[in-house]
Amino acid sequence: MERSEIFEKIQEILVDALAVDDDEVTPEAKLIGDLGAESIDILDISFKLEQEFGFKIAQGELFPEGVTQDPEFVQDGKVTEKGLATLKERVPHFNFEQLEQDPSVENVSKIFTVEALVTFCEQKLQTA
Amino acid sequence: MRWMWIDRIVELVPRERMVAIKHVSMAEEHVHDHFPSTPTRKAMPMMPMSLIVEGMAQTAGVLVGHAEGFKEKVVLAKVSKAQVSREATPGSTLRYTATIDQFTPIGASTKGVVELIEPSADGGGEAEVIGHIDLLFSHLDNNMGGVQYPQENFVFSESFKTLMQTSGIEADF
Repeated sequence: MERSEIFEKIQEILVDALAVDDDEVTPEAKLIGDLGAESIDILDISFKLEQEFGFKIAQGELFPEGVTQDPEFVQDGKVTEKGLATLKERVPHFNFEQLEQDPSVENVSKIFTVEALVTFCEQKLQTA
Repeated sequence: MRWMWIDRIVELVPRERMVAIKHVSMAEEHVHDHFPSTPTRKAMPMMPMSLIVEGMAQTAGVLVGHAEGFKEKVVLAKVSKAQVSREATPGSTLRYTATIDQFTPIGASTKGVVELIEPSADGGGEAEVIGHIDLLFSHLDNNMGGVQYPQENFVFSESFKTLMQTSGIEADF
């Protein structure tokens, strides 16, 4: 499946799950910041992706869980090197450039963009 | 008053679907407040839409809870869709049919159909589909935020046990 086709399907899913307009769902849009997603929406989106693309998503595979609560991974409000390495391992579809420049913990959710979601689905489809 | 918005479970296919009914009664206080008469309008007693959503949430919630023997704390997390096209007035019966769409350790999504059965003189009214309510449930102890909750299952209370029992469904929780 072409990346543009994946994007279109994801756009439709996000419009439905988050009650946003088509034009708000740009590749750069952040799910948690710009599109107003909450943690339960991640589950909703996972279910919808599974139905649309026919693959299974394991718990924590789409968006990291527990990393920001772990004192080993976050110290003084910043993601540690170990935390960053763990994130890269668990959610390789994210672009970590911004987080590497400023590892503040509040920046973790900002790396969850529509683009990352497209990459996630692309990778899942390739390995399916 | 117990916060129970279904009267009886009439069908339960574990992990698949559940059907429950609710009789709308003039004896229920809320129908008098929803809506009372005004100087320009007659009273319009009807089942509030929000409580129809709650009725479906209880139907689907019991179905999801039953799937794991009521060990999970199943809470309504999101109303994905709620459309109801007709009023349910006193004397009518609402029939909720919930089916499990997806089920994981974190939660479940359900699809629901609301039917309205108007009473008839011979006692057998016809059912009309009046709405669709799709819901998302979270298993609280597996929440993504890692928040801890009390061990006791405060979701499935005594009222739910009574509902199962009076519906003739075995429930050991």
